[in-house]
Amino acid sequence: MDRRQFIKTTVAGAGALAASSAATPLKAAEPAGDDKDLRVIQRTNAKNGDKVSLLGFGCMRWPMKKGDDGRDHIDQEIVNSLVDYAWNHGVNYYDTSPAYLQGQSEAALGEAISRYPRDSYYLATKLSNFGDASEKASLKMYRDSFVNLRTDYIDYYLLHSIGGGGYPMYKKRYEDNHMTEFLLKEREAGRIRNLGFSFHGPHDAFDEFMKLHDKYHWDFVQIEMNYLDWRHAKEPRNTNAEYLYEELEKRGIPMVIMEPLLGGRLAKMAEGPASKLQERDPSRSIASWAFRFVGSYPGVLCALSGMTNMEVLKENVQTFGDFKPLTEEEIEFLMEIAILLDSYPTVPCNDCKYCMPCPYGIDIPGIFLHYNEMVNTGQIATSREQKDYQKLRRRYLISYDRAVESLRQADHCIHCGTCISHCPQSIQIPRELQRVGDYVEKLRSGEL
Amino acid sequence: MLGAVVLLAITLLFLDFTGILHHWLGWLAKIQLLPAILALNLAVIVALVLITLLFGRVYCSVICPLGIFQDMVSWLSGLRNKRRARLRFTSSKEVKWLRYGVWVLFVAALVAGVSAFVSLLAPYSAYGRIVTNLFQPVYRWVNNLFALLSERAGSYAFYEKSVWLKSLPTFIVTAVTFVLLIVLAWKNGRTYCNTVCPVGTTLSFFSRFAMFRPVIDADKCKNCKLCERGCKASCIDISSHSIDYSRCVDCFNCLEECKFDALHYKFAWGRKKAQTIPAEEAADPGRRAFMTAGAMLAGSLALKAQEKKVDGGFAFIEDKKEPERSTVLVPFGAGSVKRFYDHCTACGLCISQCPNRVLRPSDKLENLMEPYMSFEAGYCRPECTVCSQVCPAGAILPITPEEKTQIHIGIATVDYDLCVVNTDGVSCGNCARHCPAGAIRMVPKEPDNPESLRIPSVDKEACIGCGACENLCPARPYSAIHVDGREVHTDNR
Repeated sequence: MDRRQFIKTTVAGAGALAASSAATPLKAAEPAGDDKDLRVIQRTNAKNGDKVSLLGFGCMRWPMKKGDDGRDHIDQEIVNSLVDYAWNHGVNYYDTSPAYLQGQSEAALGEAISRYPRDSYYLATKLSNFGDASEKASLKMYRDSFVNLRTDYIDYYLLHSIGGGGYPMYKKRYEDNHMTEFLLKEREAGRIRNLGFSFHGPHDAFDEFMKLHDKYHWDFVQIEMNYLDWRHAKEPRNTNAEYLYEELEKRGIPMVIMEPLLGGRLAKMAEGPASKLQERDPSRSIASWAFRFVGSYPGVLCALSGMTNMEVLKENVQTFGDFKPLTEEEIEFLMEIAILLDSYPTVPCNDCKYCMPCPYGIDIPGIFLHYNEMVNTGQIATSREQKDYQKLRRRYLISYDRAVESLRQADHCIHCGTCISHCPQSIQIPRELQRVGDYVEKLRSGEL
Repeated sequence: MLGAVVLLAITLLFLDFTGILHHWLGWLAKIQLLPAILALNLAVIVALVLITLLFGRVYCSVICPLGIFQDMVSWLSGLRNKRRARLRFTSSKEVKWLRYGVWVLFVAALVAGVSAFVSLLAPYSAYGRIVTNLFQPVYRWVNNLFALLSERAGSYAFYEKSVWLKSLPTFIVTAVTFVLLIVLAWKNGRTYCNTVCPVGTTLSFFSRFAMFRPVIDADKCKNCKLCERGCKASCIDISSHSIDYSRCVDCFNCLEECKFDALHYKFAWGRKKAQTIPAEEAADPGRRAFMTAGAMLAGSLALKAQEKKVDGGFAFIEDKKEPERSTVLVPFGAGSVKRFYDHCTACGLCISQCPNRVLRPSDKLENLMEPYMSFEAGYCRPECTVCSQVCPAGAILPITPEEKTQIHIGIATVDYDLCVVNTDGVSCGNCARHCPAGAIRMVPKEPDNPESLRIPSVDKEACIGCGACENLCPARPYSAIHVDGREVHTDNR
């Protein structure tokens, strides 16, 4: 089934589903709470018949709060209520990693989800051996996941973020330590139901892993896909999602999608593209376009969203409960939005925090998020002669100090480069920090 | 009233961190006597002497912030139990040995450059320190509260300003000064001004010959002593119907108190001045405490060293420690270390105005409370010339940002044992990237291996001593590059 066909059939199906809501076209604007019977739609994994919700819960962005020890801890109470709501509305795919949220994500998910029958949800976690890739440490990480998640099998297990550093890095992390061999055996034993990998990286590395498919038969692959990365991934260090999708579709490998919203960058964007989306359909949220984009492709089994609060979760449940795939024409429209988005000088940071902690204390995502926010809200000064120059300068400097402690600001980056290899988006972090730092310095000194 | 306005204006001059008020109120600091003398501002000195010769010590009532501050305290004290408290003063004799003794010591200290003693007693300096050390934190906390609310409301009307203890000894000296002055003013009004204040004593040499002054008409006087009991300078002696014009600060409270029209402020040049009788009073207990305050000074806060560790997703950043500098760093525009401290009155205006947290009061006895520079919390930014604009004493002469690039106040030196390139084996170069003078070059660590990591090398001729390198150096607690002051600043203007 190609995409066109798929869209036709799902539109028909969704149309029937949506018939009841036809009288209320502003469905998305309805107050939450009237959605008790809403269930997010499911896709069937052709390989094993798993009925997976198209919306998956990404467990990388849960709310944190300061504990008595002065450290950040996951707010378990909120996590429980988020999981309750998600589970009750049919979200049955939960994706975590031993590396998320300073290592706290797995256990928090385990605590929340284990209150439900084990056969009512799918667990996905990863071998995140970025630091110590030895066999011993990797095995420990693997076994700890079972304990944290309170389970004796894992539905979807991933080699975490391969591609950066190409095949040699993959080999170091998964071949030299015999972990691939081990995980294949675990799959045979049934403790891993599906074995796959998540990918960020260049073209040729992906091709290498596709070659490995003949040997290992990946059950699924997790890729970064959204309407910006479809054709505007930062090549050559990253690969366009269009290519990845087609390669996987060709081989019939089910796809789990990460970053459908680009860490919120496709929900909160500059006024130009945002208003185009709103003009097109005032009742739909900006974020819903991004979710509908990935959901419109039949090879997508599940799209992950890192939902931090109830409002976002409810909105996403709406989008995926009353799912309407995009038309061909709407997809073309999004392709135009992507070109527009790509023209803004934002830093493609999705706030995943893989770069953290910076050994020299820099708040890397904080600096980028603040900068992006200012770019997107049109608050970047371009010249001293500008009408609003003083206002823009004051706003940038004050909000920068509010967003990032002065000792953690860009001018303290020493360009040691430790972070570069950690960034799944392949952002040249020191260079980008310097770009922001230079701008701030120009504002401070009044040179600009 | 005028006094209250001046006091408020000077206080705000110290508190304001936006730089707006200085434009309008900066002159208030420049007409203070001691700063004017140290700045050799002849116009101001002559004008102040002439005013005093004409009208008496009006300076003490409407120009000197410390005098007005004491009047406010005294006025508050008078509100307690209105009439009785207002008329709580008693006439006293001039305490000559103390008054002139302090003055002689003060002048000697001024000439000899014992600046700690000078700045301890100088009234404008003392008030400046009170505002900088005691009022400024409160002002900023309130500001920060507004900043927090402002942030919540998404407004940019207020922004946070850091509050930090710049020097513990100075804070202690200031707090002691503050408490003592309040006690003295609460009880006896202008005791400080007429027994200790060297500026008051200096002006008294002229005020005793003042052309206009309050005069008692002995024929009309009913000896009710209301004026005497209402005189906060304790300078009226009704038994002899005389006023000690060396101590009178022209507050005119006596004129208001007199119910019999026996007191008038009028032209009275050449009339016999008040008789004074040698004093036999004991030393003012307040003064002793005041003088010994300097001896109480102890070391500064020792900061607990902590290791680099991860906390809440952030690496822990250890606080920087002040390095040992072979020569003290004084601001661009000071000319030389000696010139700077010869002119400085330790009023702290530059410290209160420094937006980069560079200037702070010295803990060293020879320059106690006088400013010096250090770069743990910030560096002397190229576009900033605030201290040079505000200094009323000419210790920091006005410069422009362009001129600042031509002045060399210090020299950076690298400590290669601390440099992260050596200790952590990473590439860095943050000092070179941020040097506004382009004085730091990154060179291969191994001279015969151009591919090796690069370490900084300072072009000492080009270094201006701004401290950007030291402040932004990642090595902690001690930076791997630090700036030593130059005794005499090189000026290539």
